[in-house]
Amino acid sequence: MINLGYTIWIPLLPFLMFLLLGLAGHKLKHKLSGLLGTGGLAIITVLSYITAYKYFFTSEKIDGAYQKITAFNITWLQFTDKLHIDLGVLLDPISVMMLIVITTVSFMVHIYSLGYMKGEKGFERYFAFLSLFSFSMLGLVLATNIFQMYIFWELVGVSSYLLIGFYYQKPSAVSASKKAFIVTRFADLGFLIGILLLSFNTKTFDFITLTDPTGTAIAQGSGIVFMGLSVMTWSMIFVFMGGIGKSAMFPFHIWLPDAMEGPTPVSALIHAATMVVAGVYLIARMFPIYTFSAPVALEVVAYVGAFSSLFAAIIACTQTDIKRVLAYSTISQIGYMLLALGVSGYGGYEGLGYMASMFHLFAHAMFKALLFLGAGAIIHAVHSNYMTDMGGLRKYLPVTHMTFLIACLTIAGIPPLSGFFSKDEILAAALHSNKLLFAVEYAVAGLTAFYMFRIYFSIFWGKETQYHETPHEAPPTMTIPLIVLAIGSALSGLIPFNELVTSDGKAFESEIELLVAIPSVLIGLLGIGIAYVMYRKETTIPEKLAATFKYSYKWAYNKFYMDELYLFVTKKIIFKHISEPVAWFDRHIVDGTMNAIAYVTQSVSFRIRGLQSGQLQKYAYVFFTGAILLAILFIYLWK
Amino acid sequence: MDILTQFVVIPLLTITGIILVKDTRQVKMVSAIGMGLQLIMAGILLFLYVSARRAGNSAEMLFVKDIVWFKSLNIHYTVGVDGISVAMICLTSLVVFAGIFASWEVDFLRKEFFVSLILLATGVFGFFISIDLFTMFLFYELAVIPMYLLIGIWGSGPKEYAAMKLTLMLMGASALILVGILGIYFNSAPAGGQLTFNILDISKVKIPMSAQYLFFPLTFVGFGVLGALFPFHTWSPDGHSSAPTAVSMLHAGVLMKLGGYGAFRVAIFLMPEAVKELSWIFIILTSVSVIYGAFGAIVQKDLKYINAYSSVSHCGLVLFAILMLNQTAMTGAIIQMISHGLMTALFFALIGMIYGRTHTRMINEMGGLMKVIPFLSVCYVIAGLASLGLPGFSGFVAEMTIFVGAFQHPEIFYRVVTVIAASSIVITAVYILRVVAILLLGPATNEHFDHFTDAKWFEKVSVITLICFIALIGLAPFWLSSMIGSSLQPIMNKILALNPF
Repeated sequence: MINLGYTIWIPLLPFLMFLLLGLAGHKLKHKLSGLLGTGGLAIITVLSYITAYKYFFTSEKIDGAYQKITAFNITWLQFTDKLHIDLGVLLDPISVMMLIVITTVSFMVHIYSLGYMKGEKGFERYFAFLSLFSFSMLGLVLATNIFQMYIFWELVGVSSYLLIGFYYQKPSAVSASKKAFIVTRFADLGFLIGILLLSFNTKTFDFITLTDPTGTAIAQGSGIVFMGLSVMTWSMIFVFMGGIGKSAMFPFHIWLPDAMEGPTPVSALIHAATMVVAGVYLIARMFPIYTFSAPVALEVVAYVGAFSSLFAAIIACTQTDIKRVLAYSTISQIGYMLLALGVSGYGGYEGLGYMASMFHLFAHAMFKALLFLGAGAIIHAVHSNYMTDMGGLRKYLPVTHMTFLIACLTIAGIPPLSGFFSKDEILAAALHSNKLLFAVEYAVAGLTAFYMFRIYFSIFWGKETQYHETPHEAPPTMTIPLIVLAIGSALSGLIPFNELVTSDGKAFESEIELLVAIPSVLIGLLGIGIAYVMYRKETTIPEKLAATFKYSYKWAYNKFYMDELYLFVTKKIIFKHISEPVAWFDRHIVDGTMNAIAYVTQSVSFRIRGLQSGQLQKYAYVFFTGAILLAILFIYLWK
Repeated sequence: MDILTQFVVIPLLTITGIILVKDTRQVKMVSAIGMGLQLIMAGILLFLYVSARRAGNSAEMLFVKDIVWFKSLNIHYTVGVDGISVAMICLTSLVVFAGIFASWEVDFLRKEFFVSLILLATGVFGFFISIDLFTMFLFYELAVIPMYLLIGIWGSGPKEYAAMKLTLMLMGASALILVGILGIYFNSAPAGGQLTFNILDISKVKIPMSAQYLFFPLTFVGFGVLGALFPFHTWSPDGHSSAPTAVSMLHAGVLMKLGGYGAFRVAIFLMPEAVKELSWIFIILTSVSVIYGAFGAIVQKDLKYINAYSSVSHCGLVLFAILMLNQTAMTGAIIQMISHGLMTALFFALIGMIYGRTHTRMINEMGGLMKVIPFLSVCYVIAGLASLGLPGFSGFVAEMTIFVGAFQHPEIFYRVVTVIAASSIVITAVYILRVVAILLLGPATNEHFDHFTDAKWFEKVSVITLICFIALIGLAPFWLSSMIGSSLQPIMNKILALNPF
């Protein structure tokens, strides 16, 4: 056994940094607090790489499979004898891979932020929140049990809330942060119900017990049937609901585009590379349960992923705010990952989809973070989010231009960049299992290439825009992360995922399938070609096309009116038709009843208080009248 | 003198001290010292309790002291504590301590204010240490009476109306409780012999079923009124909004817990057979409380109303959980009482401090406070996040313990209502974030607010004390949960004997 107990410091260090910066940050100099946050991240990045090396290359394999190692575990809260929340560190191929992804991107974003956020008010608050986020995200991926995951799931939610609302005086940022929190919270309710159902049937929260393919937990609960589906299926669908929310899949995707109100490095870290893939990670973590005892739930995963990826790709083609285009692109790419998991089987080549999904998660983290950081550099230079305000920037921003181009080629799936390999494997996995889903994803690959090169050409080529002040390249603190990530997204295709990160921990053979690879590259090139024709120079083709497909364009431009639908449900139904009536009912009916009781008591006592007048004659009068009446009663009626 | 009686004696001595001092400025010093001492005593009690348990003392109640004070009816002054009462005593001393500092700037009739406030606290402490039903009831009444004066004299808005309403409703509740207690007393020796008010003695006999059917609803509803059980919660919005800061804190933070604690200690513990039969009615009512309170809070405009409805929702969860007759859920209920006590006290303290600056509690008249009073605003956000059940704060621990516990119930009805109750976590998020967004974030709307000063030292003492403990429970819940859990063991054994699952 190798000693991995130190890994507890990987999440703990950012937490300590958060406390330090949160409590004492305003007393520190700006620069110092930024450096402290970044320094903490640098240490855990190194630790993560050491851990990855130790785990993948020196840890003992049993039967050729990587083992799940519980490096640290304490009981945090005991519910019953069997149910308890532990906090700990679980190392297995996917969590170690996530460590690399999170620390690398987070470290790059920290360095980038030193330049990007320079001079901003609340600089130390920003770094405190970033540390909080890193802590929560690391705690999430290292979770040893599903309840620990839920705890950190909520914590990443709140860090995201705090960071989206970083510019708290801007009303749009405030409402975006609120929306993000509430939408994901609603989804998390599903997650919680899923956990409750799961724990009721299996009597455990522990991942190792739950996901042991030969264990008892998997067999449990599949016997009880409710509305045609087994209880296990229901609980896994509910658990997936949490994933839909966090990963911004349809129909809970609406918070993600608005979340772009946050600072751009935050979008890169949270809303592109790490937090939003938590849903994918969740499914991967619980994968044996899905595949063995809830295959229907897994199908739901596949279809939700496929639909979201198509839906978001269509919207992305029409948006003009570059960050929003990237946000929809993120939704679309996460849809890919979920689809890959959804079509995957377990073990060996069957698990191709699983491996491809993790591969794509890794590659996507690199190139999407790169795209966002590049977008940040562009926005930094031209002070606008809109493509319409940009054009011809390649001359002014050479480094940003080159790195952005690499990222665009990667996402379009052009060999030999990493996106080509991961996307190809996803398509191959889909082809082997479900032709319809394959066709959808194939089309999305083309759309992706199109909308990415649409923004690429509009920003860096296109019309020659006149700028108030000449845009200038970002400082080295911003360009170095871009270069590092560009190298990462170009080369991560060389990592042998089929040997390292597989569904059962064992290596398997996977080859590039030319039958899939060639058409997918072709459709990518086709998308780029169309974008070239339309946006390389300023043309009228886009307007003409928009005019021709007026209605469908309008629907897509308005994001299929999903925001309006949500507003209708919340404002009109929940506020107007539930909350206000409840408040009215409470004040007027319930409280009214109480007041009425008081009123009746009071008025009755007003009526009868005349009897207690204190006048002796009146008392005598009443006394004698009563006595006579009683006498009559006794004499005549009571025989 | 035994340690428990000191919890009644110290406040009484403090009151004497307050009356004796000449300078009204010394009044608050005396109160602060007295209640600080009380807080230390609570710490010592906790330490003694834990070490006694460690040493293997497994008696149901510790530090028991018994004095007869009314022989012919066999009324005793009996005190004793288990883990649950120790936890409640710690909560009370914390909230009272914070409350003293939150009312540092009360000028009008200062002496009388602090006397009433501490008298109220005396009643609450007495309630939690008593294990004699009659003495318990006596202390309960002692806590309710000063409330009338505190709201009627130092309140704001329609204070006479609110004070009258609150007092009358609570008095009505005490009438029910009194009948219930007497009913239990007269059935406390079904086999003949000496009738008793002692809870421990009564728990060893089985009260006849016919009596249980009558007296369980009476006591449960009686205490339920105090715990804001739907539809008897309407004193809460009016009462809280008119009460001065410290009184709101004490009332929502501690006095409402008397309801939950009493319902648990008297209604459930002494008459478990009837609970088993009748719980479904009250479970429906409490689930309604949970959801209804949360929905009611969404559209309120007055900060205190929002909190009052939120309390209805959170306290509904307490009663909901104790009716589940399941150790985990009950542990959750007790933690929820403590957690809600601290959180709501924090909320009311902050609202009082904000009101002291803006002179309004209407959220639409305020905005952008984060910029002008950052310390208070950050604390408000923390209170809000704790209230919506964020991990790391006490609310999460309490709610999750309740939901997981209640969901282990074998009957599907209980699991369905658990899911319904759990959905309140979403609605809570809606109203909390709505307030945070309108009140604190966004651009500053009123230039008169620009000259505000941030929290003064006594305000910081009050707020930081509460936040520390909310975070402490949230970060390291194990010790609290296991202390409560082991105290629940004898109670559960009694219930499990008739209701095995």
